[in-house]
Amino acid sequence: MLMSLSCTVLGVGLFVLTQATTRGFEEFFIKTILGTDGAMRVEDKIQDTLRQMTAGGGSDFQISQRQGLKYIEGIEEPKLIINALKDFSNVSGAAPVLRGSVLVRADFKNESAQVFGIHLEDQLKVSDLGRQIVQGDIATFREQPAGALMGRVLADRLQLSTGSSFILEAQGQRLRYSVSAIYETGVADIDKMRVYVHMSEARSLLKKPSGVSFVQVNLFEKDRAPQNAMQIQEVLKHSAKPWQEREKSWLSTFRALRISSAITVSVFTLIAGLAMFNTLAMIVLEKTKDIAILRSMGYERRDITQIFLWQAGIVLTIGAILGCIVGALSTLGVSHMPLPISGIFKTETFVVSWNGWHYVEAITTAALMVMIASLIPARRAARLEPGDIVRGTAQ
Amino acid sequence: MAFTNELALRCDGLHRYLGQDDARVHVLKGVSFEARRGEVYAIVGPSGCGKSTLLYLLGLLDRPDGGEIEINGQMMSTSDDIARTDARCEHIGFVFQFHFLMLEFSALDNVMMPMRKLGRLSQQEMVERAHYLLSSVGLGEKTHRLGTQLSGGEQQRVAVARALANQPSIILADEPTGNLDVKNSGLVFDLLTRLAKENGQAVVLVTHNPEIAARCDFTRPMRDGLFV
Repeated sequence: MLMSLSCTVLGVGLFVLTQATTRGFEEFFIKTILGTDGAMRVEDKIQDTLRQMTAGGGSDFQISQRQGLKYIEGIEEPKLIINALKDFSNVSGAAPVLRGSVLVRADFKNESAQVFGIHLEDQLKVSDLGRQIVQGDIATFREQPAGALMGRVLADRLQLSTGSSFILEAQGQRLRYSVSAIYETGVADIDKMRVYVHMSEARSLLKKPSGVSFVQVNLFEKDRAPQNAMQIQEVLKHSAKPWQEREKSWLSTFRALRISSAITVSVFTLIAGLAMFNTLAMIVLEKTKDIAILRSMGYERRDITQIFLWQAGIVLTIGAILGCIVGALSTLGVSHMPLPISGIFKTETFVVSWNGWHYVEAITTAALMVMIASLIPARRAARLEPGDIVRGTAQ
Repeated sequence: MAFTNELALRCDGLHRYLGQDDARVHVLKGVSFEARRGEVYAIVGPSGCGKSTLLYLLGLLDRPDGGEIEINGQMMSTSDDIARTDARCEHIGFVFQFHFLMLEFSALDNVMMPMRKLGRLSQQEMVERAHYLLSSVGLGEKTHRLGTQLSGGEQQRVAVARALANQPSIILADEPTGNLDVKNSGLVFDLLTRLAKENGQAVVLVTHNPEIAARCDFTRPMRDGLFV
């Protein structure tokens, strides 16, 4: 019985731990990308193209056929779009962004990058940019018309720090800026490419007096992004891409990891189930005499089944409680393990997710395994004929 | 007693085969038997004559291949498992040769087990009755001892108390003294018969012990699957 209990504790504990770690990284990644690029982007204008055929002779009859969608790059009237977006109940914020390719010239070297023209206050509502500052102060950027927020990787490559000046070159013109602050999202592709400047500066640099490249949208309920994107696209006639679609490849990777760890954990819970099966099967063999006594006293088959299921239930209950404690403690221990990661997100320690559902799932899985495993010996015990047992023992 | 001489148990033309194929043996060959309340019956005979097999059939622990069994006027030989189990709980008490106590439980718990299943008494009443029965068999001071902490004779006395727990109309005992010394044999037999007679119960016991058999009201010798 101790073996079954140990396996149950191990199964539940490992289930909780693996769920906490795999979900932890996934949730952290989602938090990072939502804090950087928002829950949704509304960008290119959609233009329906129809092929029509009209009957001659003054008739009104005509046939229309949808040919497909044509996209017109960017948003011409961002204010209208943002106002319309605010009517969607799940939209918590919308910020216009003007994007363009630039060459960053510093004293040390030049690097290709992308400039993002933003309205700071709007951008702070749809991203974690304020919290991603690792050097300098966002207030400095707010006050400096020619200030810029530069990604940490790009700043390191150009050997720039706060207060350093550099030149952005685009559309044949060069404008000088000063590094107001350096940010770090942890996403390497962003930190090495993006330079945030004020919208007016971006318009001058990119020679785009009106319109924006896209509107970054934040949502109250992030998981509803796909449905909201469809509605927004339908209503506003601009393409809307939810974060789930934008980060599809990474999310698929995390899903594969989660399935992989679930398979590993299932093996442990299966072992717990097998241990329970073996233990109860042995108990049935050892306790045949007791089964005969109980049956001779008038205990029914279902009483015998219940006794064995109760035993399994007690092991399961103790195992589940201890397993949850072991899982929580090991999750806590793992969360303090140093593990510097940057590239898709930035962390110095193992990222874990504290979610009550992991414990519910672990207990449910263990309960299923243990109960299935105990049902067979329990039913076998109930099927024993008391006469056969007594005769076998007595003679 | 009001129950005296009422027919508690009747079987007619019982047949039972044991084993399979070439090893199949015709153990009981049409046995008929009756037991009345307040009477003590001994079934005697050489080993393998079918005594215990008959006892298990009468106790509804086994099913006959032919014949009828009536418990308190109710036909039980063809009834389903639940009806047979209920009848065992209410009408039959068993005493086996090897005590068959649940050794992890106390004497009190062992005696209370049949009462718990029957469910007629409250917890307090069950405890009181178990104490009364254990005192009746001389174990009033050892009610909380585990089965493992009792001697063979004491275990068998607990088994007698347990058999009487639900006040069944029939007590079936398979070699109840077979594993005990002479002193304890006498003690257990006296207890069994005295308490059974006081409560108007039919006692059917299988024994090899001629002295025990001689002290019973009726002795039914068996040979080769038949009463002789």
